[in-house]
Amino acid sequence: MRRRTKRVLGPVLGAAVFALGAMGMTAHAEKGYTYCYDYWGDVQYSPDAYETVDVLTSEELGLDVKLSSPQGMFVSGKYIYVCDTGNNRILEFERDDTDTIRLVRQIDSIQGDTDVKSFNSPTDVAIGEDGCMYVADMNNNRVVKLDMDANYIMEFTKPDDVTFDQSISFIPTKLAVDTAGRVYCIATNVNKGLLKYENDGTFAGYIGATPVTYDWIDYIWKRLATQEQRAKMENFVPTEYDNIYMDYEGFIYACTSNVSEEEVDAGSATPIRRLNMLGSDILVRNGEWPVAGDLYIGSGGGYSGPSLFTDITAMDNDVYIGLDRMRGRLFAYDDQGRMLYCFGGNGSMNGYFKQPAAIEHMGHDLLVLDALDCSITLFTPTEYGSLIFDAIEQFQDGFYEESGESWQSVMDLNGNYDMAYIGIGRSLLRQKKYHEAMDYFRLKYDEDNYSKAYKQYRKEWVEDHIVPIIVIVLLLLTVPLLVGRIRKTKQEIDRADIFKPGMIGNPEAGDGRQQ
Amino acid sequence: MTASAKRKEKFQNYISSLKFSLYCITHPFDGFWDLTHEKRGSIAAANTILILTLLARILKLQFTSFIFIRVYWPEINIFLYIASVVFPLGLWTICNWGLTTLFDGKGRLSQVYMATCYGMTPYPLIQFPLIIFSHFVTVDEAEFYVVLSALSLVWAAALILVAMSQIHEYKMSQTIVAVIATGFGMLVMIFILLLFFSMISQGVAYFISIGKEILFRI
Repeated sequence: MRRRTKRVLGPVLGAAVFALGAMGMTAHAEKGYTYCYDYWGDVQYSPDAYETVDVLTSEELGLDVKLSSPQGMFVSGKYIYVCDTGNNRILEFERDDTDTIRLVRQIDSIQGDTDVKSFNSPTDVAIGEDGCMYVADMNNNRVVKLDMDANYIMEFTKPDDVTFDQSISFIPTKLAVDTAGRVYCIATNVNKGLLKYENDGTFAGYIGATPVTYDWIDYIWKRLATQEQRAKMENFVPTEYDNIYMDYEGFIYACTSNVSEEEVDAGSATPIRRLNMLGSDILVRNGEWPVAGDLYIGSGGGYSGPSLFTDITAMDNDVYIGLDRMRGRLFAYDDQGRMLYCFGGNGSMNGYFKQPAAIEHMGHDLLVLDALDCSITLFTPTEYGSLIFDAIEQFQDGFYEESGESWQSVMDLNGNYDMAYIGIGRSLLRQKKYHEAMDYFRLKYDEDNYSKAYKQYRKEWVEDHIVPIIVIVLLLLTVPLLVGRIRKTKQEIDRADIFKPGMIGNPEAGDGRQQ
Repeated sequence: MTASAKRKEKFQNYISSLKFSLYCITHPFDGFWDLTHEKRGSIAAANTILILTLLARILKLQFTSFIFIRVYWPEINIFLYIASVVFPLGLWTICNWGLTTLFDGKGRLSQVYMATCYGMTPYPLIQFPLIIFSHFVTVDEAEFYVVLSALSLVWAAALILVAMSQIHEYKMSQTIVAVIATGFGMLVMIFILLLFFSMISQGVAYFISIGKEILFRI
């Protein structure tokens, strides 16, 4: 009953969003910029969780040469690094206070012991723990490591390994660096997962490849098909990742746009993954709906197909935000894989994107790099957004009561928000107010938490009423026995020979049958 | 006085025929034989059981704990929900009677209906207490509910099967064949009904468009 067809709403929703967009209303006043899915998967519009502070184009960033198709971005402390892919340079900005972003330097050449002193289409940049800069120098087929003053230290090149097909060239596109200086990178045409390099530059194998599976129906079909038919069939190739992000704990958030509509409809799509050191996906998916972006993916508003995650970022409170390049939306999920909110869209107003390429966070603020618009959009949480973060962080830090109050404030702003009800419930549960907690969980159909609360409530209730319960149980056991005994005695008395006239001295007739 | 005495006797007959359903569910072979052959059952009692079944199904939606049943109320149509029991029951009764009449079945139409309704007795009998029971369990203990709920259906199905064999005086193998045949018959009837309704609606649409055409021309 609850998994209803999702396509019905798609066109309607798309048309609604399109119509609202076309009416030229301001981005943040309209209904429909920020939304969330409720328990039933219905769209529930919500107050905006983020507002645009500014859209920074080349001019506002103080650049002489305009940005050209920037692809990568990295934030380290208050510094923002942008890969200006088309101009073969890395830009470093500093964000002084909330609004101004100042250009610190441009890196367009490398000093030191290397033959290739310039970049060729750098697509991603990362800063290591030691302050070294790692650049995915795509068309130079290398990942290059520079020190703080842009001096060459070393490079990571095509793996000299049997597992790497030597006939294809090494085209690194995205990378991440862990605290030990190990480099994880995504390379074009490599579908064995992420390439992992030790900090001395040796290739250490692949991690995070999707296991290839196929079911027996496919197997039979392939057996029956001719060579030509087989060639036309879909190939079962493991996923190539689109982007990776190393979170504060050293786990890698990876996203891929290689998902099919069928997988999203069936709820089996995993476009966002969290990989541990062994490369297994440890993302928690406890939400009612899969961590896969939009549910309504039928054609609407000129777009059709599943959300295509092109980049992802994870905050220190385990909230992660995926960037969908299909509809230009940002999807935020909490540590349990429940959707917090979604906002954004394709368009040219503030807060909308043309071709979003990268997302980073600075504290709770978000930066989105647009490759076509050549701009950085800076978002900051609204009161509503901050309250949600407060509530999540207070709960994680063990301040359950305060968390409950924050969720209550969230609920005051948005009464249709399932997360607020469950948040209050979880806070009450921790405060041992089981009966109140049950009400909140019941309202939003959270059966697991409800059961936890109910179990405790039931236990308490039984403990409080143990005396009446025992009395009732004893009565139930003894009363029928007593009644039976009384009846039997009565019968025996009734049938007893001595009370029957004329029976005295005639015991053979005294078995009571004549009665 | 005689009228009221008659009414009283009628009422007592009704009550005893309703009580007989409890005998049927525990002694199906004996019970369903007596149901028709000894005239122990009544259509009134059968109707009561049907209404109780419908009531159980509807009240279940509203009052069962959300752990087991969650209802998206905007999509619930109470009449369709009732029809989801009554319509298949009607099809079953007619189709079963139609087929068994051709193959030496002794049961009449009203008897097929009565026996089927009597066979449904375990459903309200188990589902009503389950509605209350559902509020006292957690997810970990949900299995109890699921098993009991399934039991009510399996029990009812078994009873209906036995009921058919007894009222038609069939052997068990014959009954199973008859039940399967009835299933196919129901499908055929649904197909014909669909065909009929789509033809009718097209026919009506045809005359409406002719009417409109005439009105435009006048």
